[in-house]
Amino acid sequence: MRPAINFLFVGVGGQGILTASDIAAEVGLEATYDAKKSEVHGFSQRGGVVESHVRWGDKVAAPLAEKGSVDYLIATELLEAARWIDWLRPEGAALVNQQHIPPLSVTVGDALYPSDADILATVRARTHDVTVVAGLAIAERLGTPRLANTVLLGALSTRLDIPPETWLAVIERRVPPKYIELNRQAFWEGRRTVSDE
Amino acid sequence: MRGKATKRLLSGNEAIALGAWEAGIRYAAAYPGTPSTEILPALAQYAGVLAEWATNEKVALDSAIGASFAGARALAAMKHVGVNVASDSLMSLSYTGVGAGLVLVSADDPGAFSSQNEQDNRHYARFGKFPCLEPADSQEAKDYVHLAFELSERFDTPVMLRSTTRLSHSKSAVEVSVPTEAREPSPLPPFERKPHKYVMIPAHARMRHPEIEARLQALTEYAETGPINCIEWSNKRIGIISNGVAYQYAREVFAGFSFLKLGMTYPLPKRTILKFAAEVDTLVIVEELDPFIEEQVRALDLKGGGTIVGKEFFPLTGELTLARVREGALKAGLPIPEQSQASRPSARDGSHEEPQTPKSETLNVALPVRPPALCPGCPHRSVYFNLRKLNMLVAGDIGCYAIGVLPPFEEMDMLISMGASIGMAHGARQAGCPDKIVATIGDSTFFHTGLPELASTVYNRGQVCTMILDNGTTAMTGGQDNPATGVTLQGETTQRIDIESVARAMGVEDVWTVDALDVKEVEQAIREATAINDRPTVIVVNGACVFTPQFRRRPAVVIDPQICNGCGFCFRVGCPAILKSDETDEKTERPKAQIDPLLCTGCTVCLQVCPRKAIHQTQEEET
Repeated sequence: MRPAINFLFVGVGGQGILTASDIAAEVGLEATYDAKKSEVHGFSQRGGVVESHVRWGDKVAAPLAEKGSVDYLIATELLEAARWIDWLRPEGAALVNQQHIPPLSVTVGDALYPSDADILATVRARTHDVTVVAGLAIAERLGTPRLANTVLLGALSTRLDIPPETWLAVIERRVPPKYIELNRQAFWEGRRTVSDE
Repeated sequence: MRGKATKRLLSGNEAIALGAWEAGIRYAAAYPGTPSTEILPALAQYAGVLAEWATNEKVALDSAIGASFAGARALAAMKHVGVNVASDSLMSLSYTGVGAGLVLVSADDPGAFSSQNEQDNRHYARFGKFPCLEPADSQEAKDYVHLAFELSERFDTPVMLRSTTRLSHSKSAVEVSVPTEAREPSPLPPFERKPHKYVMIPAHARMRHPEIEARLQALTEYAETGPINCIEWSNKRIGIISNGVAYQYAREVFAGFSFLKLGMTYPLPKRTILKFAAEVDTLVIVEELDPFIEEQVRALDLKGGGTIVGKEFFPLTGELTLARVREGALKAGLPIPEQSQASRPSARDGSHEEPQTPKSETLNVALPVRPPALCPGCPHRSVYFNLRKLNMLVAGDIGCYAIGVLPPFEEMDMLISMGASIGMAHGARQAGCPDKIVATIGDSTFFHTGLPELASTVYNRGQVCTMILDNGTTAMTGGQDNPATGVTLQGETTQRIDIESVARAMGVEDVWTVDALDVKEVEQAIREATAINDRPTVIVVNGACVFTPQFRRRPAVVIDPQICNGCGFCFRVGCPAILKSDETDEKTERPKAQIDPLLCTGCTVCLQVCPRKAIHQTQEEET
């Protein structure tokens, strides 16, 4: 029996969370795991919080993991990394995109966006395994901020014993043909940025 | 017909659509509603099925009934509260029974992720005396659709397939056979006339009722023997009865104990339950929302078969989760692990040390909430900005524009169900409410149930101002077409129904049609319409949703930091593209505003409201 692996993708509507988590679930299936993926739609396109669970295992029953038992928290936005950190198991892995998207509560002046130091301290209180990925910067360098989710998938892929070709095959199936090459580059950049550390 | 089977990840909704197509349906209808929406677009891709957006759920079910009576397998899909709209037909459909199989998909929303309530629609099955099937994953969703059509025809009954948000929007592996040839539907035979069955006049209804009771008995017998309810024997200290997604949580929390998994939750297999209960020490019932199974089990004569653990330990409200099931089980004193294996790092990392890391709750960093907001460029923005400015009482409706109740607008005073805005505003006004009241309703919602409400207002000499916010799509559910868009589910052009003409045809003499992105024009129309005190008025607000193809993005606007003095007025339009800059105005000591050029769509609403004219467009629009 291979141990079950739980992923939680979090971020803000429009950041490609659902695509990234779809890809992760399909990679699991390709790697002969049973896989389930669970998300909640609704207001997600309207700048609200988006969460998507992915679970791999020999047989997965519940579509979402238990709070405190997530192995990989993949946050495409800093504030959301802090918001969801309690879902990570102690010493699980947090991969955090270096990007701020201030919620309306901040822009209208009802609340303050915490400092990066406070956010990362909150995350590090749960785990020492924190990787901040310059996903947005890399994606912008490649030409579009929308690639940040693929950069994070590249970073995530280094943690799992699955060949990068499997990830790329699924990515190619999932993205529009004219963006395949850019997504390939974003994925490799994501792998490189964590292995350089 | 069938090709090679492969495993694919499908959402519950995609699996329902695939199952319905495999079962040979010819006709499907739905009104979009989270979490049911994706079923019809998935069905529309299959050859040989005519899938349609109906104007509301009753129309959808009525159309499916007609198809069924005509001899075609048919499906109607809707969210839980949509069944309320369709329930008038549904209750009598139980009496008529079906022609060819008819399946009603009810997608419930425990947790009310995108709904006005979290009602448990299994009660409809009991109320209407028809079967309710509840799949627990996507594979079952597909398989149960097949079974639902078989049961519908075998027992001459509508069948409810109940999904939940967690099932509809989760993906799991499904065996998919790729068809090797296209299906050619054979022509339907001539309509078989059966007025005693299909025409529910009182005399026929009285004759049908005993048949419905007999059918329920036969279905109960089927529940005992059919493959849909199964016992999984293991350790008999605890026996769990569960259904749907709740079963999946219970499976993990009560690993190693015995299960009675109910795929059909109405009618219940009483003998099977008694047999199961007699052999286990403690009977545990795990179900989401109401104690629907539990109350029926408690009504059985269990003959001292141990204790029953149910809703006194598992929550009645909200969605169940692994944690909530585990918590309930522990509270009930059941012998299960206190936490999941995965949450203990020693179990996974191979080390036996207790985690040294403190809990993050000890840090106390305030995390700002992230409520939904109207998108940059949203045509609803100017409406709620102006309604607030003019201090109107607002009766709202179901759609993205419900965000009007949130800051910075806080400009909605009542919202209860689809189409209700007009009636509520009318009633408040007729009763003598002294405030100026406006009803706001979207284009799709207007055609859903707004039409009869407007007719009633006109007929009763009401004085309500109704604002119909026509953004060219059913936006909240992800952008579906409707009668006002002139496009079908298949993307084909059809007759577009003009909202202004409808209002005039209904007898509204004073109709304004305004541009949503012209803030002054919207304000002027509201002022003029609400100044009329002796007859109903309508304002049609036109502006494309940013997710529609007809939406035109324009160059982003910029704020001149030399002119902006940080007055904050532009923040009142609630646009996610307007941010506080790091620069503070020396006099007001308040942060100046700046525009995120990636988010800004150039709608210019902020530009129009800026009292200092500090905002301007970056370049002239190309025409």
